[in-house]
Amino acid sequence: MIEVKNLKKSFDEDGHRREVLHGITATFYDGKTNLIIGQSGSGKTVLVKNIVGLFKPDEGQVLYDGRDITTMTTAQLKQLRNEIGMLFQGSALFDSETVMGNVIFPLKMFSTLSEEEQLERAQFCIDRVNLTGSEAKYPSELSGGMQKRAAIARAIALNPKYLFCDEPNSGLDPKTSIVIDELLSDITHEYGITTIINTHDMNSVMGIGENIVFVNRGHLGWVGTKDEIYDVDNDELNNFVYATDLFRDVRLYRREHRSPRGK
Amino acid sequence: MFIAKSLDRFGQYCTLMWQSLSIPEKWREFFKRYLDEMYKLGIDSIPLILIVSLFIGSLCTILIKLNINNPLLPRYAVGLTTREIILLEFSSSILCLILSGKIGSNIASEIGTMRVTEQIDALDIMGINSASFLLLPKMAGLITIMPFMVIICMATSLFGGYLICVITGIVSVDTYLYGIQTMFIEWYVWFALIKSLCFAYLISSIAGFYGYTVQGGSVEVGKASTDAVVMSNIMILVVDVILTKLLLQ
Repeated sequence: MIEVKNLKKSFDEDGHRREVLHGITATFYDGKTNLIIGQSGSGKTVLVKNIVGLFKPDEGQVLYDGRDITTMTTAQLKQLRNEIGMLFQGSALFDSETVMGNVIFPLKMFSTLSEEEQLERAQFCIDRVNLTGSEAKYPSELSGGMQKRAAIARAIALNPKYLFCDEPNSGLDPKTSIVIDELLSDITHEYGITTIINTHDMNSVMGIGENIVFVNRGHLGWVGTKDEIYDVDNDELNNFVYATDLFRDVRLYRREHRSPRGK
Repeated sequence: MFIAKSLDRFGQYCTLMWQSLSIPEKWREFFKRYLDEMYKLGIDSIPLILIVSLFIGSLCTILIKLNINNPLLPRYAVGLTTREIILLEFSSSILCLILSGKIGSNIASEIGTMRVTEQIDALDIMGINSASFLLLPKMAGLITIMPFMVIICMATSLFGGYLICVITGIVSVDTYLYGIQTMFIEWYVWFALIKSLCFAYLISSIAGFYGYTVQGGSVEVGKASTDAVVMSNIMILVVDVILTKLLLQ
């Protein structure tokens, strides 16, 4: 479980401090797909980068099963990093390595497995994300969806306890997005990982959102599940959720079927 | 404002060097990358070194012959002066200025691209010291291979002078060969090798710094690459003056 308590972060901008996160408090649960949603520029990526320790928060705590990342020593942080996997928006695969090279890389750096066992584990992860046969391909030879799957394979190679995904569906077609969502959801449930997915894709929210955290202009806007999100009395959230006609229709349909007239 | 910004950048450079000069996490991985970098930065540059050195050696010989008309000067002065120019300045400083264009832009653009495509963030997330992992093999590789490149440059340049003597006959081959051997000071070779080590460090560390700290997209990577080459060249010239004063006077 990851707990974020009163997280604040600001940046220097032309000599001024611009506060991006205004004291966010949220909890992300084990074995669940936790989604951080919000409009572009709302502070989702900054929040995730603060949680994983790529940014240092100005104030607040980030607790990984009670361990505060903001006060950790370098050795403790290194230990924690081995428990974290991350899928970046652009996949962030190493260009000079093949799919196998990318997946086996964290194993080479951190595991105590023999070379044979490393290969076996890497192959297992590649098979798990359905990339069998692409082991010798370089990232530039893969489609966007395949790159994401390779990045997921690399992220799970060390059996992480925490998995972070920064906009995993950006640049993907709807069908491939569903494949990636389902893969992330399956992996989360299979291994009991605390998965945090940063997205603004409502299809993902409705497909796999078990615990949804809505961030609005750096503030915590709402917390709930995908089943609760349609009927929330929150203008900011509704503006975000019903930005597309498709979801407006869904809301209308649900209201009609709930009202006496609809029945 | 400019001074404050420069000091800030210098502070960032020192911090990055401190991070990168740490003990590698996996020696096996380090040596693999170290050998790769030696090949990529050094061996791949040899064709360029051969071409440039051959022509510069030839040009030196021709120009010195054309400009030394005093009958009191011995004929072998052409070979001797060519050798001194090559040993003292061309094989180390000028060669490194040329290589900083190739190697510096290569390092800055490679690391800069890794930065903007979040590959460096991916290394950090895994718990790897990305500065050390990426920069140390490049710096160590270039520092190791640079003296060999300087020696190749010396030999090729002198051969270029020899070749022009054979082809054009502006100076007899025997006189040229006598010239390049006479009054030979061994220290000049060591001087060139010492300078090349410093320049190799400057090229790799400055280019690495500009690449590592780039922010933005492909335009910024291109700009960082250019800035890295310009700054490397300036620093090479500054350090050249200091080392010449310290080691030769």
